[in-house]
Order: sequence, then C-alpha cells, then structure tokens
Amino acid sequence: MEFFIQQLTIGLAVGGIYALIALGYTMVYGVLKLINFAHGDIFTLGAYLGFTTLISFGLNGRVGTGPAIAICLILVMGLSALAGHIMERAAYRPLRKSGRLSAVVSALGVSIFLQNAIMLIWGAKSLAYPADLLPQVLISIGGHSVPLIRVLVFISSIVVMVGLNIFINRTRTGMAIRASAIDQGAAKLMGIDVRHVVAIVFMIGPALGGLAGVMVGISYGQISFSMGQLYGLKAFTAAIIGGIGNIPGAMIGGILLGVVEAFGAAYVSAAWKDAITFFVLILILVVRPTGILPERVAEKL
Amino acid sequence: MTGTRRDIWRDISLAAQVLLAVVFFCAPWFGIGAYWLGVLNQVGLYALLALSLNIILGHAGMFHMGHAAFFAVGAYTTAILNTIYGWSILATLPVAGLAAGFFALLVAAPIIHLRGDYLLMVTIGIVEIVRIALVNDIFGLTGGANGIVGISRPVIFGLRVTKPWQFFYLIWGFIAVTALLFHWLENSRFGRALNFIREDSAAAEGVGVNTTRYKLMAFVIGAVWAGFVGTLYASQMRTVSPDSFNFWESVVMFMIVILGGSGNQKGVIVGAFLVVGLPELFRGFQDSRLLFFGAALVLMMIFRPQGLLPPKGRTYKLPPEACPASLGRARAQDPETV
Repeated sequence: MEFFIQQLTIGLAVGGIYALIALGYTMVYGVLKLINFAHGDIFTLGAYLGFTTLISFGLNGRVGTGPAIAICLILVMGLSALAGHIMERAAYRPLRKSGRLSAVVSALGVSIFLQNAIMLIWGAKSLAYPADLLPQVLISIGGHSVPLIRVLVFISSIVVMVGLNIFINRTRTGMAIRASAIDQGAAKLMGIDVRHVVAIVFMIGPALGGLAGVMVGISYGQISFSMGQLYGLKAFTAAIIGGIGNIPGAMIGGILLGVVEAFGAAYVSAAWKDAITFFVLILILVVRPTGILPERVAEKL
Repeated sequence: MTGTRRDIWRDISLAAQVLLAVVFFCAPWFGIGAYWLGVLNQVGLYALLALSLNIILGHAGMFHMGHAAFFAVGAYTTAILNTIYGWSILATLPVAGLAAGFFALLVAAPIIHLRGDYLLMVTIGIVEIVRIALVNDIFGLTGGANGIVGISRPVIFGLRVTKPWQFFYLIWGFIAVTALLFHWLENSRFGRALNFIREDSAAAEGVGVNTTRYKLMAFVIGAVWAGFVGTLYASQMRTVSPDSFNFWESVVMFMIVILGGSGNQKGVIVGAFLVVGLPELFRGFQDSRLLFFGAALVLMMIFRPQGLLPPKGRTYKLPPEACPASLGRARAQDPETV
C-alpha cells in the first residue's frame, strides 16, 4: 500500500507536468489544427531560462528561495510567451493559407532550430539545478510521507489549470478562443479578431510550457537540450488521449498518462515504461478514435 | 498533334532529365571519393524509404510518421537470419519485405480508421514501441541496445558487393526499378483509388471504393518496400542498432516527402538530396549547420508550401478516333489551347 501511494504521487506530479505541456498543444490545435512540434522545445527553453535566472544570475542567493522562484517563474513565463509569439509570427502565420502538412514540416523546422539554438547557447552537456533549491522535506498526507516537491508540483499545476479554465470559460478573450476553436469563419463574422486569438493562444501555451520546464528542472534537477522531444511526445500523447483541442481533456489525459506511466514502471517493467505510454495511447484510440473527451465536431462531408 | 511548343518543351525537359540521370549514374567514375559516394548512398537509401512512404503519405494521404518501424523490421529480419541462421543476404531480402509487410498489416489494421493527426501520433507511438522492444532484446534475438554486428555483404551473381561504388549501383539501381514499378502502380486503378481517398474519402466510399482495404494495401506495400531497404541498409552498414530506427528517422522520411512534393516521385528524390545531402555540404559549420537547416525548412515551406516539385495531376490524351471533330479543328487552328 505504501508503495502504491508513493507511485501514485510520483505519477500525479509527472502527470501535472504533462498536463501543463499538453495544454499548449491542445490550445494551438484547437484554434489552428496544427501540431506544434516545436512546443516541446519551448518547454526545454523554459527549463534553461529558469536555470539562467535562478542560478547563473544568482537570483537564488540574493532574495531568498521563495521570492527567487516566484520572480524566475514570472520571467520565464514571459520570455517563453515572447518566444512563442515570435515563432508564430515567423514560422506559422505565413503558412496559414497553405496545407496542413507544410505547417507540420515548418513546425519540425522550428523544433530543429530551437533545439540547436539551445545547444549552441547553453552547451551540449546537460545542466543540473542545485538539489537543495527547495528544502528536501517529507510532509505527511493521511499518514503517508511524501516529498514536498512532488506535492508542490502537483498543486501548482492544478492551480494553473484551474486558473486557465476560469480564463477560458469566464472572460471575453476566453470566449473568443472557444469560438475560434469551434468555427473560425463564424467567429470572424461575429467580429472576433482570429489573428489576435491565435497570437494569444501562442503566448499562453508557451508560457505554460516554460513553467513546466522550470518545474521539471526544480524537481528532477537534470536538464538537457534534447529533453523536449520525449516530454513533448508524451504531452502530445496526453492531449490526444484526452481528445485533442479539448482543454479539460488535456488535463485529464496528462494526469492519467503520468499515473499510468508511474504504475507501469513500478508494476510491469521500468525498461518498457515509455512503450507502455504508447500502448495505452493505441488502446484508447482503438476504443475511442477521438480520445476520451472528443471535440464536438461533426465530420464535414 | 505533335510539334506544338508545349510538346517540344516536354521533349527537351525529358532529354535533360535522361542526361542528368546518365551523368549521375557515371558519378563513381568522376573520382568524387569514397566519402561523397557514401553520402550519395545515404541519400539513395533515404530516397528509397521516402518513395515507399510516398505511397502511404503522398498518394493515400495518410499522416504516417512511423515508417522507421517497418524499416527496422526489415533490417533486423535480415540481420537475424544472416548472423544467426546463416542465410545469404539476397535470400533474406524477400523475407525482410514480407516480415515488414506482415507487421504493417498487423499494426495498421486496428488503427487504419483513425483520422489525420490521431493516426500520426499512433504511428509515432509504434516507432517508439518497436525501438524500445529492440532495446529490451525482444525474443532474445535483437541483441539489446548494442544491436547486431557482423552482418555479411550481399553477393549478387557471384559478385561480392563491398565497395562504396558497388553499393552505389546496387542502391541507385534499386531506386530505378522502384521508381518504374511505383510509376506503374501510381497510374493503375490502385493508384487512382488512393488519390480519390486522399482527396475525399467519403466520396470514394460513396462510389464503392473499399477505402479501408485500399488504405491497408497502401500501408502494406509501403512497408514491404521499407523492409527491402532494411536489407540493403543492414548489409551496407554490417550492423544494426535500435538507435538507427528512432522517431527522428521517421520524421526525416516524412520531411523528404513533404519538402520534395508529396505524390511526385521526382520531387521525393530531390527532397532526399535536400534533406540528407544538403546538410553534408555545410559540414564546415559543424555545430550550427542544423540550426540553419531548421531555419531553411521553415523558409522552404513558406515559399514553396506545396513542395519543390508538386505532382502535375493526371492528364489523359484522347485517342484520335474518340476526339470530337470540333475539338480537333479547334486544336488545329490554335495550337496554344488545351
């Protein structure tokens, strides 16, 4: 039982991170029907920017851990949003009118570009966040002691997701995003500036991805320039499992995937961990071809 | 109907292409060195893989980003049969193709109905599952993370193929045969059915095209060919390891097809030169060459979103006796029309 609870908390923490990244994929897909393959690398960029602000600039030593991390998160989210915006303007906006496959290849090009830019700037060796950034304490939940970091990662991802949900469902901008996702043409006729919506989506997604990058850095330590590939694939898998284009779906998919992966690694085989992820994807799609919470779009004939 | 300006241009263009092909096939005699021959062979292998992916992605329009999985099955089939059971490379070729085709049938059957991006993600998943299975030494035959070494060279008509120039002729000869076969396939009932499915699968279904069956057939044919390439690859490298068949390899094949012009064989071959060959030219820049490559991909897609050589579409000439008299007169008066 103790082992089960520990695996569950590991899964929930990783799942929270997957969910944060998956949100970026799913929002962009919802509005543009584009798989933004570069999103995983924006996540990596976030992790590296976090490293630079926290450790290289010595923010940590100057203002104390709590405020330092807060400033770092705000900075990283802002810079990631900026990177996302530039990416959209440079590589995706000119392709809006051409086929979807050319946009996919453009996204792959951006991904290669970002990955190599990160490698050239920060070096090919992996970097490590200091292990004592947050106090290594265990806190007790219902009689089980769980590392504080795990709890913090999970709670903060939930807080962000609840915030995003409120933004999407309660604000005018959120309504515009939802409308553009359902039918761009109709949204335009209703006076919604779809270009503006796309720009916003390409800032929120990367901001969340960058946040996830810092969270991975703080909780696991090691970061490398190519880590975005696997995290990106997993998060995209999560988005698909949840039903791509669907925001609550991405959250459910991410957390589900994290938990399944943790249990798979613990109870089935650690060596097959990543394969289990994709097995689950195939199984779910065979049963429900458009994910758990599919987008409500009728097939156009 | 001959002698129009358009026909003359077509003849010139055809002659230029034949000349280019002849010059290209003489490449090993120009003393371009083993390194560049190696690059050309590499380009050739990717061109073959992309040609086989073109059937699935270009003609049937299925977003398939997992072609490396079939390539891997073919390469490992050859490696295992050759090193453990002592088969000759040539004898493993059909088995490798069949194994890859059978594997494709097995994995594609349950997922063939998935729409665009769902299929794309699942096929990526299949590549990763295959790679992890190979790393974990599945069936105790694949040699784990180190793979299999000591694969022998192919022997064709008693000639042992070992040198780069010999492989050059083997690979590019195979491409010539493949291009001919696929050209015929593209223009057959099968090829037309695939294009119909790509353009509008509901309409195709509506007029009685069995879309599921044709899609599966496209998958299997593409996979069989990727299996053959696996044999070539294994015997050229003499070693196979799981790292050669990762997700990124599938992405490269995918990019070649889209960048070159999906649905057009010439475009796909040009795409292979661009994606595999071009970065070699910038070896001097070392670390930053992939940075430029990424930027170049984006620029190429912005300026040629349909690929470098998009397919021209089918044209059919009416036989003279079926040509209505009025149309024939119109042609005769104005050679520029039609």
